[in-house]
Parts: sequence; structure tokens; C-alpha cells
Amino acid sequence: MLAEALFFSAVLFTIGVVGVLTRRNAIIVFMCVELMLNAVNLTFVAFSQVYGVSGQVFVFFVMTVAAAEAAVGLAIIIALFRHRQTVNLQNINLLKG
Amino acid sequence: MHENLPLFYTFNFYVFGIVAVVAALLFVTRKSPVAAAMWLVTTMFALAALYIMLDAQFIGAIQVLVYAGAIMVVFLFVIMLLNLGHPSEIADARGRGWKLVAGAIGIAMLAQIFAITRAHVQPRIPQDYLARQIEYTGVIAPIAGPLFNEYLLAFEVTSVLLLAAVVGAVVLGRRRPTDAG
Repeated sequence: MLAEALFFSAVLFTIGVVGVLTRRNAIIVFMCVELMLNAVNLTFVAFSQVYGVSGQVFVFFVMTVAAAEAAVGLAIIIALFRHRQTVNLQNINLLKG
Repeated sequence: MHENLPLFYTFNFYVFGIVAVVAALLFVTRKSPVAAAMWLVTTMFALAALYIMLDAQFIGAIQVLVYAGAIMVVFLFVIMLLNLGHPSEIADARGRGWKLVAGAIGIAMLAQIFAITRAHVQPRIPQDYLARQIEYTGVIAPIAGPLFNEYLLAFEVTSVLLLAAVVGAVVLGRRRPTDAG
């Protein structure tokens, strides 16, 4: 099942990348990043069948970091919304020259 | 499960993989953030099923509890809090040029990843080693062993990371006295 798992993981990761590139809603872009993390987790779990259980331990850490990242990222989005009244990434152009 | 019912196993593996991919496609194409979040939850449940079939039962349970249960609830909570659920005000797909570029990058990435994954993998552990280990010691022990021996430092550092994340989220989410709204 290794090849099939890697196939599904690659497709999910690419869907996440395309989502990040084509959407402007900051929350949806953030969810696409979570999808990419999930795709990589699937790769780790699939390889843990042939390389040992360390991959699953790593997935555990990835999930912890993802939880922390979601908390901080959503706090940033809330702060941003409070300042600009929007989460549309096109209207957030403070650093544009 | 592998030895007893190989056809059943393969069929279900493909079913859940296809469910995950289709739900992910629906997720990136939905206009409403709430609908998108719901499809992402579907993807995560299907991925949890794949983890369980790949002999990672503990990771599958954690996936349901942490990802589908906690992280996605926080996402939905923020969507609700900011009142972003109306599809009309979020016509947020980028223009045709962006879509073409994104499609080209996606196809290039898929080609590269497929090229890499077709390489021959030399197994380091015997086949079904993990399944037999789980049969002897239970589901959690094979992960808990390395987690508290080899990776103990990383495990402890994770607690600092979580503390920093909690403090950061509170500081960022706090309403400043000078804010009008």
C-alpha cells in the first residue's frame, strides 16, 4: 500500500498548493496549509511501515506544531480583521511599494 | 487485516483515498468558508481511516481528536466570530492568470513528486513488523517507546512551544484599549 499512499499524499499536497495560490480568503489559505501538513503526515505514516516507527513519532510532533500554528495564525487573522475589517488578502497590502 | 482479507483491505484503502482527494477538491473550490471547512473535516476523517489501515491506529485517533475535533472547531469558531459565512462578500478566487500559473505549478509539482516516489524503496524493517509489534505490545507502546527515549528532548521542547503559542495567541487576540471597535 506504500505506492498508493504516496500517490494520494502527492495529490492532496498539490491540491493544497493550488488552493494557496488561487484563493484570496486568508482563512481558506490557512486551511490549505493544514491540508498540505496532512498530506505530508500521510507520507510519514506510509514510510513508517518500511522505515520503522519514527515516522509516526514525527507525525505526532507535526500535529503539535500544527495545533500551535492554528492558534497563533487565527489570532493573527482576528487582529488583522480588527484593523482592516477584511480577510481578503488583496486588500492587505501595507508592505506594497 | 492484510493477510486475512487482502481484497477488502485494498478496496477500502482506495475508497478512503478517493474520498480524501474528492473532499479536498470540493474544499478548495467552495466559495463559503463554512462549506470549505466541512469538506476539510471530511478529508481529515478519510485520512484518519488511511492512517489506521497503515498500522498507525494511535495517529488515526489523534487525527480525529486533534485535527478534526480541535483545530477545525477553532477554524469554524473564527469564521463564525468574524461573520465570514456569507458567500457574496468573498468572491475570492483569483483571476485567470493566477489560475493558469497555479495549475502549471500544480502539474509540475505532481510530476516531480511522482518521479521521486517511483524510486525503489529499500525496506529497513521486515514486512508486517509494525503489525506484529502492535499485536504483541498494543497500539500505543511502539510510539511511546521512542517518544520518551530517543525523542525526549523534542517532547519537552514541545511543551515550551505550546506555552509560547498560548501566550502569543492571547497577546495577539487581546483588544487594545486604543482600538475603536
